[in-house]
Amino acid sequence: MPTMIRIDVQAQDFDLAAEYALIRDIADNPGAITIFSGLVRELQDVAAEGQSLTLEHYPGMTQKALRDIAEHACDRWPLSVCRVIHRVGTLQPGDQIVLVATASLHRDAAFDAARFIMDYLKTSAPFWKKQVAGDKDYWVESRTSDHQAAARWQDDNNS
Amino acid sequence: MYSIHYFASVREQLDCSEESIEATDAIATVADLVKLLAARGGAWTMLANRQQVLIAVNQAVSDHEQALTGNDEIAFFPPMTGG
Repeated sequence: MPTMIRIDVQAQDFDLAAEYALIRDIADNPGAITIFSGLVRELQDVAAEGQSLTLEHYPGMTQKALRDIAEHACDRWPLSVCRVIHRVGTLQPGDQIVLVATASLHRDAAFDAARFIMDYLKTSAPFWKKQVAGDKDYWVESRTSDHQAAARWQDDNNS
Repeated sequence: MYSIHYFASVREQLDCSEESIEATDAIATVADLVKLLAARGGAWTMLANRQQVLIAVNQAVSDHEQALTGNDEIAFFPPMTGG
């Protein structure tokens, strides 16, 4: 099945309804569309107005890394559309940060592929988060659980 | 020339975002380049820490054994935290 892969790395926000409409329009007989959106979490112990999250990336590599992940998903599941949007720059609590959308004939492929893309995106695409919390700022550390989530797909040959 | 880029916490700790280094026979692999940079001392020694600092050659994640040729683009950065 030919797959439409579309990747954007951008500062501006995205519109979930518009993305859904576009995917529905271009997908080949979409029996299932999965859309995941990740949002900037609000820290509990700091006033919301004193918080921000800045995303740095490696411009030359980011598109390529995201496309590689999407292509791996397309090799593994029968997808007709694979869409990734990742924002960069400074975001506020509650802002949308990432979108992963997949379309397939059946739901299992759409669900699994979207999760696969997110799990790899977190550990293999060159983005880094810097958190501002009141008068402090720090780089967000990579989490072992994220690496375990990505590694799980290597052990799982049943999908 | 090797074009070298530093990102995120690595960039901040080195106070350097990019530089160029003459490609010579003495820098034939990533390991050679890391050795040369780490020899500057101070924060630069962290580049040799494989858990702390990842390396990309020509925009693909790579390792210390990777061979280098002139005009390669090499990047050093901490583990990724996107999404």
